[in-house]
Amino acid sequence: MQSSNGRPRGGRGGPESAAENHDGFDPALLEAPAAVRYDDPWYDALASGWGESTGAGAGAGAAVPLPAVEAGRTERVDAAADVYLQVQRSAAFQEVRSRYRRFVVPAFIGFFGWYVGYVVTATTAPGLMARPVAGAVNVAMVAGLGQFLTTFLLTWAYARHARLRRDRAALELRWDTQELTRGIRGGVS
Amino acid sequence: MTGDHQALALLLFSVFVAVTLAITTWVSRNRHGSAEEFYAGGRLFSPMENGFAIAGDYMSAASFLGISGLIALFGYDGMLYSVGFLVAWLVVLFLVAELVRNCGRFTLADVVAARMNERPVRIAAGTSSVTVSVLYLVAQMVGAGSLVALLLGGTGEAAQTWTVIGVGALMVIYVSLGGMRATTWIQIVKAVMLLGGTIALTVLVLVRFHGDFDQLLLSAAERSGHGEKFLAPGLKYGGDWTARFDFISLGLALVLGTAGLPHILSRFYTVPTARAARRSVVWSIGLIGGFYLMTIVLGFGAAAIVGPEAVRGSNAAGNTAVPLLALDLGGGADSTGGTVLFAIVAAVAFATILAVVAGITLASSASVAHDLYASLRRRDAKPRSEVAVARVAAVGIGVVAIALGLLARDLNVAFLVGLAFAVAASANLPVLLYSLFWRGFTTRGAVWAVYGGLIPAMVLVLLSPVVSGSPESLFPGVDFQYFPLQNPGLVSIPLGFVAGWLGTVTSAEVADEAKHAETEVRSLTGAGAA
Repeated sequence: MQSSNGRPRGGRGGPESAAENHDGFDPALLEAPAAVRYDDPWYDALASGWGESTGAGAGAGAAVPLPAVEAGRTERVDAAADVYLQVQRSAAFQEVRSRYRRFVVPAFIGFFGWYVGYVVTATTAPGLMARPVAGAVNVAMVAGLGQFLTTFLLTWAYARHARLRRDRAALELRWDTQELTRGIRGGVS
Repeated sequence: MTGDHQALALLLFSVFVAVTLAITTWVSRNRHGSAEEFYAGGRLFSPMENGFAIAGDYMSAASFLGISGLIALFGYDGMLYSVGFLVAWLVVLFLVAELVRNCGRFTLADVVAARMNERPVRIAAGTSSVTVSVLYLVAQMVGAGSLVALLLGGTGEAAQTWTVIGVGALMVIYVSLGGMRATTWIQIVKAVMLLGGTIALTVLVLVRFHGDFDQLLLSAAERSGHGEKFLAPGLKYGGDWTARFDFISLGLALVLGTAGLPHILSRFYTVPTARAARRSVVWSIGLIGGFYLMTIVLGFGAAAIVGPEAVRGSNAAGNTAVPLLALDLGGGADSTGGTVLFAIVAAVAFATILAVVAGITLASSASVAHDLYASLRRRDAKPRSEVAVARVAAVGIGVVAIALGLLARDLNVAFLVGLAFAVAASANLPVLLYSLFWRGFTTRGAVWAVYGGLIPAMVLVLLSPVVSGSPESLFPGVDFQYFPLQNPGLVSIPLGFVAGWLGTVTSAEVADEAKHAETEVRSLTGAGAA
C-alpha cells in the first residue's frame, strides 16, 4: 500500500489537518473506489450534489477540529498541490501509470527500432533491399508495406489496451482527484 | 493546357471556396469571441469529426502532389516519405495525444509552462511554434504556386503570384472570421474530397493494370529507364554518404516531427476528453494510412503511365505528377474525361492547400496571441483582446507566408515539409517529452531545449545546399554552404534533447515536485482538464 505518511510535508506550512485527514483515502482508492471516504473538512460543505452516494461515511471524520478554516488562498493552493502529490503516490495511480508505461515503453522501442532499422538498412544495404521476393515485389517493398501493417496493428493494440486496462481506473482517479481539489480550493478553482 | 481545363478547374475551385466561405459565415453566426471558441472550437467535436479534421490537416498538398511526384521520379526512395509520415503517428498516439489533451488548454506552451517559470518558457515555445508553422506554410504556398503554373501552362508568372496572394487572403479570412470551428469544418470537407479524389484515381490506375500491382511496378520500372533499381532504395539517396545520411536525417525528422507540429497539437483540444483525443487519432491513422498507401499506387502509376520524363518536363521537382496522371487516366489531354478528371484533381489540390494553410495559420496565430503576446503585453490588458490579437496575427502570418512562398517557388513541396518537420522535431518535441515525463526538468532546461533545437536547425538549413552553393539552391549565385546535408534533423534533433538535459543539470533551480506530480496526475487521469 502506498501511504503518504513518509513524505516531507513540514516545509509546506499548509493546514496539516487537510493532509492528515486524507490518510484514509489511499487504500480506499486501491480496494473499493465506490466506498471512498472523504474526511476532508471542506468536502461536505462544498461538494454538495457530487458525493452523496460515495461520501456517506464522511460524517465520522468531520468531527475533526478545523484549525485552518481561515487559511489564506496560498495555503489552499499548497493543499491542492498536496492532493496531486498524494494522488501521485496512491497505489491506484501508480497502477494506472505502470500499466501505461508497461505498454508504451516496449511498444515505442519496438516500432522505433523497426523504423530506424528499416531506414538504415535502406541506406546502407540497398543490395539486400533489392532482392526479389515475388515477381516485381522485393524486400524493400515488403518492408515498406510491413511498416504500414505494424502501424495499424500497434494502433489497434494500444487503443484496446487503453480502453480495457486504463480508462476506467483513470476516470475514477479523475473524479476522486477533482473532488479532493475542489474540497480544498473551495471556490478558488 | 486548353481553356477548358482552366475554366472547369476554376469553376470547381470557386464552388469549394463558396462552400467554405458559407461554412465560415454559418459557424460564426452566433460567435461569442471567447478564446475557448476561437482556438478550440468549443471543444465539442466528436472523435470521428476530429479524426477527419486531423487527417485533413495532415494530408497536405505536399503528400498529394509532392510524394507522388517523388515516387514518380525516384521510385522507391519517394516511398520513405509515405512510411515516415504514417509511422510518426504512433509517436503521437503513444506519447502525446492524450497527455497533451489533458494538460494543455490551447497551445504547446501551455503544457510546458504549467510546470515552469511561465514567461521565458512561453516565449521560447511560442517562437519555435511560429517558426515551424511559417516553414510549413511556405511549403503549402509553393504547392499552390506550382499547381497554378501547371494550370496556366507555366506561362502566367503574374497569375502564379496572384494565386499565392489569393490563397493567403482566403486563409486569413477563414481563420480570423471563423476561428477553430470554421477551420475544422473546412478540414473535414477537404479530407472527404481529397480521399474521394485519391480513391477514384487509385481505382483507375489499378483498373488500367487489371488490378495487378506487380504489373504496375514492372511497367513503372521499365518506363523509368532505371529498371529494377527504380523499385529499390538508392536512386535519390543512394549516391555518396552525404546523400545517405540525408536520407536517415529525413527519416528521423519525419517520424519525430509530427508530434511537434503546432497545428496537429492544437487539434487535440477540440475534443472534450483524452479518450476522445485518442479515438480521433485512431480514426486519423486509419484515414492517413489508407491515403498514403494510395499515394504509392499513384506515384508508381504516374511513373508507368505518364513517365518520369513528362513529369520532369512539366515541373522539375515532380509536383505535377498527379494532375498529369489524372489527365491521362481520363483519356488524354483532348478528351472530356481527361479534362474533367484533371479539373477535379486540380480543385482538390487547391482545396487541400487552402485547408491546410488555414489550419496552420490558426495554430500559429494562437501561438502569437496566447503565448507571445500574453507574455509580452502589459498586465492590464483584458483576455478578450487576446482573440483580437490572434485575428491580427493571422493577417501578419499570411503576409510573411506569401512573401516566402513566392521566394521559394521552385523547391519540391515534400522536401520543404521535411524541413518543417525537422525543426518541429528539434525544437518542440524534446521540451514536450521532457516536461511530460521527466521529474527533474527545470525552466532553464525547457528554454534551452527549445532554443538548443531551434537555432541549430535553422542555422544548419541556412548553411545547407538548399540555400546556397548549388544550382538548385534558393540563392544559386552565392556560396556559404558549410553543412552538407539538406535536412538538419540528424544533428539538430539530438542537439535539442542534449540541450534540454544540459540546461536542467546545470540549473540551480530544484524542480518543483508538486508541480511534476500535478502534471503527471493530470496527464494520465484528466483531472482538472480544460
